[in-house]
Amino acid sequence: MKILVCISHVPDTTSKINFTENDTQFDTNGVQFVINPYDEFSLTRAMWFKEKQGASVTVVNVGNATTEPTLRKALAIGADAAIRVNASAIDGLFVAKQLAEVVKNGGYDLVLAGRESIDYNGGMVPGMLASLVDFNFVNGCVGIEVDGTAVSLVREIDGGNETHSSTLPMVVAGQKGIVEESDLRIPNMRGIMMARKKPLTVLEPLEIENATAAQSYEKPAPKGAVKLVAADNIDELINLLHNEAKVI
Amino acid sequence: MSVLVFADSSDGKFKKSAFEVVSYGKRVAEQLGTTVAVVTINASDVSELYTYGAEKVLTVSNDQLKTFNAKVYTSVIQQVATEENASVVVLDSSINVLHVAPMLAVAMHAGYASNVVALPSEVAPFTIKRKAFSNKGFSKTIMSTENKIIGVAKNSYGVHENPVTGTSESFEAIISESDFGVKSEKVEKASGKVTIADADTVVSAGRGLKGPENWGMIEELAEILGAATACSKPVSDLGWRSHGEHVGQTGKPVASNLYIAIGISGAIQHLAGINASKVKVVINTDPEAPFFKAADYGIVGDAFEVVPVLIEKLKAFKAA
Repeated sequence: MKILVCISHVPDTTSKINFTENDTQFDTNGVQFVINPYDEFSLTRAMWFKEKQGASVTVVNVGNATTEPTLRKALAIGADAAIRVNASAIDGLFVAKQLAEVVKNGGYDLVLAGRESIDYNGGMVPGMLASLVDFNFVNGCVGIEVDGTAVSLVREIDGGNETHSSTLPMVVAGQKGIVEESDLRIPNMRGIMMARKKPLTVLEPLEIENATAAQSYEKPAPKGAVKLVAADNIDELINLLHNEAKVI
Repeated sequence: MSVLVFADSSDGKFKKSAFEVVSYGKRVAEQLGTTVAVVTINASDVSELYTYGAEKVLTVSNDQLKTFNAKVYTSVIQQVATEENASVVVLDSSINVLHVAPMLAVAMHAGYASNVVALPSEVAPFTIKRKAFSNKGFSKTIMSTENKIIGVAKNSYGVHENPVTGTSESFEAIISESDFGVKSEKVEKASGKVTIADADTVVSAGRGLKGPENWGMIEELAEILGAATACSKPVSDLGWRSHGEHVGQTGKPVASNLYIAIGISGAIQHLAGINASKVKVVINTDPEAPFFKAADYGIVGDAFEVVPVLIEKLKAFKAA
């Protein structure tokens, strides 16, 4: 089984978010970039398929050269090869079309991604990619087993889970549950050394017009100070929630 | 050119988010100087939608659509969009609809903006505001494609009455067997519980509760408020509560009217997931807990003393 894992290069979850260039760019100054946490859950499941079922695992990112350390980290975790499509990710459809080209040319059976990226939160690339290459698609996946070309999946729904059956080739967007938090791997020194020798192929992008473009950014309005209520004055809390906030 | 809204339903009934997207779609149609149509799938009574501006409702009824299937639903919505000559499609942000929207965008050669929080500030160029950076920022986005898919973030625009004399007609969708490449085998759902996605109020608790045996008071508080229960990431990682209750950046997003955090310190990842909630209350023993900076109301105190009193007082308040 040939697996492709789509990796987004995102600010660490604890990053302070600021904007620069007249609020038209995300300020990367002092920001630590990581593998998108949702993608990392899927990558970890891909490593399971590699170790238990002999799958090969390639990781891919659409981005400029600054994303390569993130791809190297995925190689250090255990992916066999990496591909970088040399283009700034303008919008979801642009990225999906670049990835579709990689999928078509690579003969992949299973494409794993994350449900959304924690930077732009579009939640659209996996579904668009599946439609573009006409693969079966499951979003928000919290469990996947593959037997030959038969795939059994569990998807999170409101208030529960739904089990699906499908067949390869597929695109699957994972989240926590596809593996557990405790299954995530920190690259060891051997992995890091080996990653340096693994192939990282840079592909030139297709020329595609974007559908949407972020014109500017803003931060949420500053919040007023918390109103403290004494622990022995619960009546006052109920009064505030009822008469002032009007939420009870 | 017109605006099409998909009003999603569950067991035939609409949720609040359906009224929110209909309200939104009606206003966008007014901005564009066009009409709005609404499509429903297996909904029982569509007349409620007229209250929010649904001028024309197209009802699709088909037993093959009883169980949600993303590809089939995508095809049905696309067929209605083609029939209605719709160039803007408005959707909500439920788990199922988030599954459909990107596929619909490709099918309609449309740009797709998700997490949209307001009406377009301009329609030429079509400019919308959407959430980004896990609620830590907003982006003003221009959509340049002829066809546009707008995913409205839950509880962001709100439900606005706009009564019209609406009409409904049935729409015969063509269902293709080849679209069932992903088959639903089994649905497991806790019955009778308010889900985090639907709840107006969410009661959430963290490690400050000290152990899973202490969740009785959290469930009781939630029941009085008609709320869903939730928990912080450490609590679900420790196995005290199910993963389905984990809210935060890598868990479920919360955009309720009221969010009550009990014994949760308020790590940045937790706040990112719940910040879209309108009113936040924190109860924590540590006055330095970061949650106090994000909350609207706070009590510095021990949950084991405060919550039982809150339960008694709320019972009396509800009874009054």
